[in-house]
Amino acid sequence: MPTDVENWKSEVYGNEIRDRLFEFAEEGFDSIPDDERDAWFERFKWWGLYHQRNGQEGYFMMRIGTPNGVLEPGQLRTVGEIADEYARGPGVNPIFGGAYADFTTRQSIQLHWIELSDVPAIFEKLEENGLSTQQACGDSWRNIVGNPVAGKDGQEVIDAWPVISELNETFKGNDDHANLPRKWKVSVTGSADGSGQGDINDLAFEPAYKAVGGGSGGDGAGGETEDTVGFNVRVGGGLARNEPRFARDIDVWVPPDRVPDVAGGLSALFRDYGDREDRYNARVKFLVDEWGADEVRETLQEEYVDFELETAGRDVREEYTYNAGEGERNDLIGVHDQKNGENFVGLNVLVGRMGADDVLELADLAEEYGSGEVRLSQRQNVVVTDVPDDALDEFLDEPLLDHYSPSPSPFMRGSVACTGTEFCSLSIVETKNRQVRFARWLKANVDLPDDVDEFHIHLSGCTASCAQPQIADVSLRGMKTRKDGDPVEALDVGLGGGLGEDPQFARWVTQRVPVDEVPGALANLVESFAAERDEGESFRAFVARYDDDELDALVEPEETDYEDPMMHNTKRTWYPYAEDDAMEDAPPTPADD
Amino acid sequence: MTTRLRVLDDGAWISVNDGREVRVSELWRLDAPELCECALTDLVVENFQSVGVDGSTVEVRAYGQCIACGATGTTGWIPVGRVRGGEFTELDRSAVRRVRR
Repeated sequence: MPTDVENWKSEVYGNEIRDRLFEFAEEGFDSIPDDERDAWFERFKWWGLYHQRNGQEGYFMMRIGTPNGVLEPGQLRTVGEIADEYARGPGVNPIFGGAYADFTTRQSIQLHWIELSDVPAIFEKLEENGLSTQQACGDSWRNIVGNPVAGKDGQEVIDAWPVISELNETFKGNDDHANLPRKWKVSVTGSADGSGQGDINDLAFEPAYKAVGGGSGGDGAGGETEDTVGFNVRVGGGLARNEPRFARDIDVWVPPDRVPDVAGGLSALFRDYGDREDRYNARVKFLVDEWGADEVRETLQEEYVDFELETAGRDVREEYTYNAGEGERNDLIGVHDQKNGENFVGLNVLVGRMGADDVLELADLAEEYGSGEVRLSQRQNVVVTDVPDDALDEFLDEPLLDHYSPSPSPFMRGSVACTGTEFCSLSIVETKNRQVRFARWLKANVDLPDDVDEFHIHLSGCTASCAQPQIADVSLRGMKTRKDGDPVEALDVGLGGGLGEDPQFARWVTQRVPVDEVPGALANLVESFAAERDEGESFRAFVARYDDDELDALVEPEETDYEDPMMHNTKRTWYPYAEDDAMEDAPPTPADD
Repeated sequence: MTTRLRVLDDGAWISVNDGREVRVSELWRLDAPELCECALTDLVVENFQSVGVDGSTVEVRAYGQCIACGATGTTGWIPVGRVRGGEFTELDRSAVRRVRR
């Protein structure tokens, strides 16, 4: 039997939601009939609006999809101005202030505290400036991700930006692909560093060479034609719900001009064969589990494309370093060469959150020193592009870069956090404010070996895994426990995850550590790593040498001088976070004017 | 009188008559020997799998973990509240809950 969500989608979904959304915005939040609210809140997601958690009725998170994380000149300013004017709630975040933007692990932007009545004005401003919230959430093509410096990166195998742009044009607002069984996450990567993170997406296009029209395609030797650069295809990756999967190789190589055909074919396959009766089983990863990669390929060939699919080409996965825990370029922080001789500069945005004033100042700097363009990475950071050599030193001396550093502490650099209980219904614990406190404490109190300049710690509030915890050196996931008999927020600790040529999910080795003991546990873990590692050994390689029990013994939870003001139930409390679980202090509902 | 019951937002909460009434991330004490061997399961609720009604009692099946022993699993049908006259009243969160079926 179809779910409620499927029934609502069958009635109204996709582009047509917008008219009703605007009517509700004009008539006021209370004009949404009580018995239709569940349905409309579900539909609004398709237009990037997500009703905030219980206790924040009437306020929405708004997600702006920026394909491949590309913000063209002027667009970051637009985001900053909207955040400053509209993303102000009744409370002031103790760390980030009153208005801010969140850069996400899928190269999108999230604003909070948006009121329904402001949506038409925000949409108008976004769209005047080439931005959109369309399909940023909901059961359809989500924001397409990839290497954010596509087209500029000196390490590029193929420029994926034209391919991503075409996919975005083709599948955003496309009625044939607007209503899928579940979300559909696509990655297209053209660089050799693996920074598109295709392995954790529903559909991934990864750079690969193929001798088309002759030869083996293996190494090109003996082929009658030269290698052509295109993409290998993987399907069925994802991290959520304790069911992580890496995308499976379906033995297909596709030239750039055929990518929309193959992507559309696989999207249609998912639309037609995905599970619409059980949302927990709806993601395409479960279909790939059930069918196997061979059957996916056969069905794609027989039912969804009208040309002969090529077998997989020679990939460049052995060069992947992004989020790999090893190698030179685990992220895009710092100064890097562009193909045209200019530079791109990756700046660290701790947990991806930037105050509206800083967003506007960064937009100024991007215009002053670069082309005005800014790009977003999947590690929640920003990249300022097109900075010429003769402007580089002056740019790096800008005071704003004291806060958003191109050479941050490893603990600042490696911190990723999801939204958490501050706004999210599903999260079990507070995340962003906490991860900031963790990073600051670790920076002040823990020394990594001198040759270790990256150490990734990802904090996710629940098993939805929006912070991608399974692919970090240290994975933290929200839980609860009791401490001295009282319920407190806690974290499960996983170790040794990462992408690269041979991706590995973190192993969950220690469960339910009270949050105030986590920094001490990490300090003890790093101390053991520093003392016991082989010379030059990475943390990921170090972890791989031990079994789970041995690793559990290295994670020694311990109280320190770290203090956590968010120990108790942050789903019920509010700024500045009370110590009393009984507190039911929610922010006021917006006036319906 | 019809009562609308739904599991929404990836199992984050239970909607009763289009109102968000029961949420995840709470700790529940359960008499649930099928889930773990603890005298009382101390369950952190991670998501709701399904919602139903038995008379006036709203029941759920929830996925979660016992924070005492670490066992994970999906519960049987557990009462979370009652609907009377169209109004939902949540059970006392500190009460011990028993699997009803």
